Amino acid sequence: MLAEAGLAALWFAAALALLQLVLAGLGVWRSAKPALAHDVSTAEIMAAVRPVAVVQGALALAAMLLLIWVFARSDMSVLLVAQNSHSDKPMLYKVAGAWGNHEGSMLLWVTILGVAGAAVALLERSLDRRTLIATLGAQAAIALGFYAFLLFSSNPFARLNPAPADGNGLNPLLQDPGLAFHPPTLYIGYVGISIAFSFAVGAMITRDVGPAFARAMRPWVLGAWIFLTLGITAGSYWAYYELGWGGWWFWDPVENASLMPWLAATALLHSVSVLATRDGLRAWTLMLAVVAFSMSMLGTFLVRSGILTSVHAFAVDPTRGSFILALLAIYIGGALLLFALRVGTVKQGNTFDFVSREGALIANNLLLTVILGIVLIGTLYPIVAAGFGTQLSVGAPFFDKAAGPVALALVAVMAAGPMLRWRRDTAEAVLKRMTLPVAVTGIVLILVAMLGHVAVLPLLGLALAAGLAVASVAPLWMRNLRRTPLFTYGMVLAHLGIAVSLAGMACDTAFTQATLVAARVGVAQRVGPFTVTLDGIKPVIGPNWSALEARLSVRRGETGSVFYLRPQSRFFANPVTVTSESAIATRWDGQLYTVLGEPDGTGRWQLRLWWKPFVTLIWFGGALVALGGALSLLGRLLRARQGKLREGSA
Amino acid sequence: MTRPLIWVPFLGAIALFAVIAWGLFRPADRVIHSALVGQKLPAFTLPPIVPGKPGLSTAAFATGKPRLLNVFASWCIPCIAEAPQLLKLQQAGVEIDAVAIRDTPAAIADFLARNGDPYRAIGDDQASAVQLALGSAGVPETFVIDGQGRIVQQHVGDIREEEVPGLIAAVRNAR
Repeated sequence: MLAEAGLAALWFAAALALLQLVLAGLGVWRSAKPALAHDVSTAEIMAAVRPVAVVQGALALAAMLLLIWVFARSDMSVLLVAQNSHSDKPMLYKVAGAWGNHEGSMLLWVTILGVAGAAVALLERSLDRRTLIATLGAQAAIALGFYAFLLFSSNPFARLNPAPADGNGLNPLLQDPGLAFHPPTLYIGYVGISIAFSFAVGAMITRDVGPAFARAMRPWVLGAWIFLTLGITAGSYWAYYELGWGGWWFWDPVENASLMPWLAATALLHSVSVLATRDGLRAWTLMLAVVAFSMSMLGTFLVRSGILTSVHAFAVDPTRGSFILALLAIYIGGALLLFALRVGTVKQGNTFDFVSREGALIANNLLLTVILGIVLIGTLYPIVAAGFGTQLSVGAPFFDKAAGPVALALVAVMAAGPMLRWRRDTAEAVLKRMTLPVAVTGIVLILVAMLGHVAVLPLLGLALAAGLAVASVAPLWMRNLRRTPLFTYGMVLAHLGIAVSLAGMACDTAFTQATLVAARVGVAQRVGPFTVTLDGIKPVIGPNWSALEARLSVRRGETGSVFYLRPQSRFFANPVTVTSESAIATRWDGQLYTVLGEPDGTGRWQLRLWWKPFVTLIWFGGALVALGGALSLLGRLLRARQGKLREGSA
Repeated sequence: MTRPLIWVPFLGAIALFAVIAWGLFRPADRVIHSALVGQKLPAFTLPPIVPGKPGLSTAAFATGKPRLLNVFASWCIPCIAEAPQLLKLQQAGVEIDAVAIRDTPAAIADFLARNGDPYRAIGDDQASAVQLALGSAGVPETFVIDGQGRIVQQHVGDIREEEVPGLIAAVRNAR
């Protein structure tokens, strides 16, 4: 019954999305006709769009909740549950199992899309009414396509007859509390960007692009961007401790799929500021909004179609792949076509000098776009190469070499940007304001270079991180801190977070010490400041795995107290997988990362040991960036509220 | 922005979709072209895993008689699915040697009792060392070895009914 109710909710939501699209289209069309614009029925049609959007979002949410319920009850008569869950699993993974598969994750995708549309319908008050209706129409058009995809090719509520007793289970790598929450976080970011896309489409339809539009769009972009930042940061940490390779970013297609929307959204965030404050960059902002969500959809497609994964991963399903591809072509191609047709009629915004805050933000946008282009080309190149008969994968060497220098240039622009004045500034004045950060950069550069043996990129990275850290707090310098608006604090914190994260990345690349040893019980190994001794190996039994666990006694320096680390090599029976459970000791100045490998048959065990100074800064910085985003969002919302109150009292 | 430039993003997107659609519909080549094809088998010696059946070493090959080398495990479901095909190959006169991956004597004896025993010899590969040396990434995989002990062909995945005649021919031709 529950499954049928979920399916019915999905069908009703799809029908309402169609209604929403038709009503919005009709309303916008009628209001553009002088004869019909002031007609009563035009107003009535427009008034109906908001409630329809709200109910559509509620129905999608109901379908998702019903799917979660079916998973929680382990109803094995539902095909999806039988394939992806097991009646003995802990409740957390039963619930997470609802989105740990193709159909469920696509349902989560449209649910967030529907709920985001409902949120716009309920909360958005500052946008021009016609543009808002057009925006909700665009949101409905996207939702309709993905409802069709679910209902016609990926029904999550399909029944299985007869029902099996237990179910298949979930990939052991995914049975991790971190991963239970990682996809929803990232999806809120991915799909939240759809609002920026719909805003842009709505504005292109009504030709209403200006500061008011940008101010209305900014909180939504910020909100989605915060979740994307959190999702990427958490995903990076998960890969770091769960995969046991000691790395925190692998330039894997799935990772790139989340990085590309983030790069575009970051650029959008900054260009929206120019549009809101100075009424510049109109066409460019629209373009970025379209690109940001296009990257989200492309990311979803690349991951879900399996087109980029290896032969041994999952099967490519051409029906589903071509369905999503067709949707993408319609939405992205349609939006870009609309852009090409309409952008000529969007009035040019204000102009400005090259040396100005706007100029720096344009440089920021261009550099982010270049990085985005590099990542996109690197990610898609294997498909193109396969067309010419070459099997290849593009890995870290390409991305590091190509994107690294651009990213460092971006950091330099980032340091200077907030110190520039809007509209017009002089190079001399800027250089004067930049004295301290430039000096700090120079000093750190010289100090680290004196250490020798540090490669160029991490060396520049460390120096620029130090300079950026100083420059990013500069906007607070000599200001009344209590009167500084919250969103300025947000910017300071986010930029500081980038500096902190960059410092972590550079430290990890420059100073990590790694050893791979065949360790005998009782023999000490040295890595960084630590002495690590293998005490022994013992078998451990878990709920659905068995493992060999090493006990390592670790001492820092000659006098430090001894502590123990217990890395495991886990063997899962179904499906057969061996995973390394790394053991990590976190200290204020870095992490000791240990992984247990294979025995060599003569009583020695392979041990991988890493001492990674300040590696934790990478994720701490990421969290700071997200927190900065949250402060900005709060600051903008408070400011908007105050503005409204003032209007009301005047 | 000038007129023609406005169309660049749209045309770029169209090109991008063309490339992806091409990647999606191009008949994918799922065959693994091992670099080891045409090479001698790597040298190995594996102990027996079940009583009454010899273990396996490189010396057993290069005897002038071509044969199949089957990489399998008792815990592998597709290996059960391909067992009848292996029996057919054996009845057709093809000699089959095997490497058992990360397995136990009891489980292998049980597997053979249930699914039939097409093997002349089974080597015990506890650490997947020989499997990796052969360039095999999973179970089951089957190698056609010629009379000089060279790898002629690598078959990834379970052997299907319709693939049996092709394999018989491959063994015949591998003099």
